Amino acid sequence: MNLAVSRGASFSAILGVGGYRPRRIVDNAEICTYIDSSDEWIRTRSGIIERRWASADETVQMMSVAAARRAMERADVEPAQIDTVIVSTVTHLYQTPAVATTIASELGATGAAAFDISAACAGFCYGTAMADSFVRSGASKYVLVVGVERLSDMTNKHDRSTAFLFADGAGAAVIGPSDEPGIGPVVWGSDGEQAPLIQQTEPWDRALVKAEGDAGDPHWPTLRMDGNPVFKWAAYTMSKTAAEALDAAGVSPDDLDVFVPHQANMRITDAMFRALKLPEKVVVGRDIAYQGNTSAASIPLALEALLDSGEAKSGQTCLIIGFGAGLVYAGQVIVLP
Amino acid sequence: MPTTEEVRTDLAEIVNEVAGVPADDVQLDKSFTDDLDVDSLSMVEIIYAAEEKFGVSIPDEEAKNLKTVGDAVAYIERAAS
Repeated sequence: MNLAVSRGASFSAILGVGGYRPRRIVDNAEICTYIDSSDEWIRTRSGIIERRWASADETVQMMSVAAARRAMERADVEPAQIDTVIVSTVTHLYQTPAVATTIASELGATGAAAFDISAACAGFCYGTAMADSFVRSGASKYVLVVGVERLSDMTNKHDRSTAFLFADGAGAAVIGPSDEPGIGPVVWGSDGEQAPLIQQTEPWDRALVKAEGDAGDPHWPTLRMDGNPVFKWAAYTMSKTAAEALDAAGVSPDDLDVFVPHQANMRITDAMFRALKLPEKVVVGRDIAYQGNTSAASIPLALEALLDSGEAKSGQTCLIIGFGAGLVYAGQVIVLP
Repeated sequence: MPTTEEVRTDLAEIVNEVAGVPADDVQLDKSFTDDLDVDSLSMVEIIYAAEEKFGVSIPDEEAKNLKTVGDAVAYIERAAS
């Protein structure tokens, strides 16, 4: 006898995006009370003017639900239609259960397949690739992909190399069947050899042991990063990945309308733009200026910002690419909802 | 074999494109960080572009010793010969 297999839609697309930005705005002047720096240095080094840090009530759950509701409204999809929830985060502080399950139930996506993924700043692009596959294979009909972080929980405020960068927020997208292709092939991968470049400083068990022993140490593990080699990798190796994603989608730099890389650093965005030789007319996501680097949330938040402002329009082609701790990366061309 | 001035000119064009420094300011005696206000991220781009332009390899351990434009030009000339 032959096993039945699932068959899905011919094409998938992002049907709507939504974001949640924490209330508290933290400007560079405040950051400079924690590190010896200046507003000018921070702006020049990263392009960041202000960022958002989540308050106690703005939990990973709360921000994800808010972003998801916006995305579903714009997608015109009811919670009950969502059958799969993928949440990309590195700052959900429970090993288990995955936050995707409680997000699904709070939203009313009752019984949805739900899981978290850990793919750092490439998380939204990993999630989008998976959602595209699920819709086209028939595993899912409507997938909610969320990128959410409370990086401020894991940032050493006195680390001069990261204190000004990391921030909080959530972005979500609803992905479902489409009559036209809406999500291009993903170009993705990893480089575990370079894992030490961006890492949590120590595992929880070591941190907890220290906590009992030495009250003076900063024993809450934080995220550390070797900025210069990461910049080089992002500006050049990731530009090659981005070019491959364009090629895989059959979109040339001249055909591209919008470019939204992970909002790691404005200098990386500029370097990638140059390396890709994108024409001046391409609209570029620069949400980092007022949002900071929110890892998995950064791409959907930047997409929302461009669509809300009208700088980018529904139906335009957009290259998204995420890259980060792992090292991991994923990029694809999408059609904007 | 390009002359020292030709290498300097090409490097100046790179520095101008990456960091917006006027090409005429990129003289041999100038320090990248102190005189030209070029930070470490821009140096990554400049080194990368120089590798491409001049067909040389500038590993990280060497790159960090290139403090002045003259240092970079001398390195490129040695590496290209």
